[in-house]
Amino acid sequence: MANGTSPANSAPGARPPVLSIERASRRFGDVVAVDRVDLAIGQGEFFALLGESGCGKTTLLRMIAGFELPDEGRILIDGQDMSRTPPYDRPVNMVFQSYALFPHMTVAHNVGYGLRQEGMARSERDDRVAEVLSLVELSALAKRKPHQLSGGQRQRVALARGLAKRPKILLLDEPLGALDRKLRERTQFELMALQARTGTTFILVTHDQEEAMTMSNRIAVMRAGRIHQIGPPRQLYEYPNSRFVADFIGSANLLMGEVVGMEAGVVRVRLQSGGQTVAIEVEAGVSFPTGQSVTVMVRPEKMEAGRQAFGGPNELTGEVVDIAYLGDLSIYHVATAGGIKVQVAMANRQHRQGKPLERGEGVHLAWHPSDAVILTE
Amino acid sequence: MRRLSPWLVVAMALGYLFLYAPILILVVYSFNESKLVTVWGGFSTKWYGELAANDKLLDAAWLSLRIAAASATGAVVLGTLCAITLVRFGRFRGRLLFSAMTTAPLVMPEVITGLSMLLLFVALQQLTGWPDGRSALTIAIAHITFATAYVSVVVQARLGQMDRSLEEAALDLGARPLRVFFTITLPLILPSLVAGWLLAFTLSLDDLVIASFVSGPGSTTLPMVVFSSVRLGLSPEINALATILLGTVAFCVIIAGIVLSRRRGERA
Ligand SMILES: Nc1ncnc2c1ncn2[C@@H]1O[C@H](COP(=O)(O)OP(=O)(O)OP(=O)(O)O)[C@@H](O)[C@H]1O
Ligand SMILES: [Mg+2]
Repeated sequence: MANGTSPANSAPGARPPVLSIERASRRFGDVVAVDRVDLAIGQGEFFALLGESGCGKTTLLRMIAGFELPDEGRILIDGQDMSRTPPYDRPVNMVFQSYALFPHMTVAHNVGYGLRQEGMARSERDDRVAEVLSLVELSALAKRKPHQLSGGQRQRVALARGLAKRPKILLLDEPLGALDRKLRERTQFELMALQARTGTTFILVTHDQEEAMTMSNRIAVMRAGRIHQIGPPRQLYEYPNSRFVADFIGSANLLMGEVVGMEAGVVRVRLQSGGQTVAIEVEAGVSFPTGQSVTVMVRPEKMEAGRQAFGGPNELTGEVVDIAYLGDLSIYHVATAGGIKVQVAMANRQHRQGKPLERGEGVHLAWHPSDAVILTE
Repeated sequence: MRRLSPWLVVAMALGYLFLYAPILILVVYSFNESKLVTVWGGFSTKWYGELAANDKLLDAAWLSLRIAAASATGAVVLGTLCAITLVRFGRFRGRLLFSAMTTAPLVMPEVITGLSMLLLFVALQQLTGWPDGRSALTIAIAHITFATAYVSVVVQARLGQMDRSLEEAALDLGARPLRVFFTITLPLILPSLVAGWLLAFTLSLDDLVIASFVSGPGSTTLPMVVFSSVRLGLSPEINALATILLGTVAFCVIIAGIVLSRRRGERA
């Protein structure tokens, strides 16, 4: 079932793209902040740009908003080329990481600022402001100034201000970064509910993979200005297309090896360290030439560790060197006979085995052929 | 709270004495009955009465105030434009030169500024016929020239602190750049404009050297009158005048302080 060539950059289903980015690049001197990015985002999607610090997420977002112009490539919003359109003419609004609330205006004036620029009539504007403020549950604080609000309230004002103009796309640059853990988790669900209720396309920038997985329909994983993989959270987790994505999303055991044979949808790989041969099921039609060096990726929760041999096709032996007890599950760090370290996550069920594994014990490791993925990059 | 050591208190008292005793003496002696500036002859406000009748002094004071207000306003406009150019427009060609030239008047000896302004006005008049002789106008122009540098420094500091994303947020919400300036940037840097204006106003009000170079027959500023009359002998009238000026300046500074502190909470 596993493979190395899943449909990575699939277009967003049947929904027409509200945003298409075509080979867009942005350089700052020698730094290529955004490097030939291709992206299509559908109407109503909750899309996340995920990557570590400095990979170009903010730059890409600012290109969509119009604060950075692409050095090459095009940006189309609703089918219209807006590569050179200034920010004030784009049907896109942004929630800044620092919130950027106007300190000299009340909450209501902050939220109404964009509507005033449109020349919307006073009464209509007041109605709209009241509507979005009630959407984020801030109606009672309309008359306050930003410095009289808590961090979470400021965040919601920024959100309300971004939504007030009913933009085609709302861009959010690490909107939860300044909130403490508990508030952040609550706000994640509020944001998702808000997105569902308004039907606005959200593009969220984050370096927190849990946040991206929780909130979004699809995620683009970025590194050094390039998009490595785009897909729904489950796809990225189960079928990463590269070692980088496998390692970045969740934790992964990466076993280097060489293809030694293929038959009937099963690839045989000889591991570099230890020399065992393991079997990995792949989709029909996928094939690997003998002799190709590949990486076998197995998620910690897909591996099993036990005192007895399992007798399956994929079996390694090793010694438990460390145990992290997390309550619901335990992570066993195992050094294999071949000299590599792997992690095994197992649920702590009473009836599973008599006695839990202990540090220093010799163990057998096993996993099902369909639970591993072959990576070539 | 820690108790202050007696030494610290003494040192502080001496410091304040050194700074403020001359001013205090000036204020006290403005209420002196005696005509002799250095001898106390009892309390009286008669010099304030005399002052009210001294047209020469009052005219000079009125002229000085008008020049100070005009040049402070001019300096705020130019200094703000200058600060925005330096802080917001990134690295353009000649930025370093521009930056150096706008701050040069801060360290330029006043005699040189005054002399060069005079030469400029003379040359201009010969070439174009304008300005027609030296007057309050030429003093104001000269004052704008050097006060702009001070305003620019004050406004630059404030602009530098301001979060750029505020302006970007306004652009993002559909405001054009000029709108952004008037609705976001200007209100947020306003305290520094007020401070800059007051600074320029005081600098102009007490400038003697530059004004002496570029003033004409009909345009004698207050410092010039005070300076020349003091050379003929001290007069308690001058003390009274100085006290009024002191009161005015203190009033302005307190108002400015209240304005600034009221807005501090709103800072970005
Ligand atoms: N205005 C700029 N001038 C020069 N270099 C820049 C500029 N903006 C960004 N960069 C560089 O471009 C790269 C990408 O920056 P960007 O801000 O997009 O990263 P990011 O993914 O948002 O990181 P973070 O998670 O830390 O916010 C970085 O190497 C950064 O130093
Ligand atoms: Mg960023």
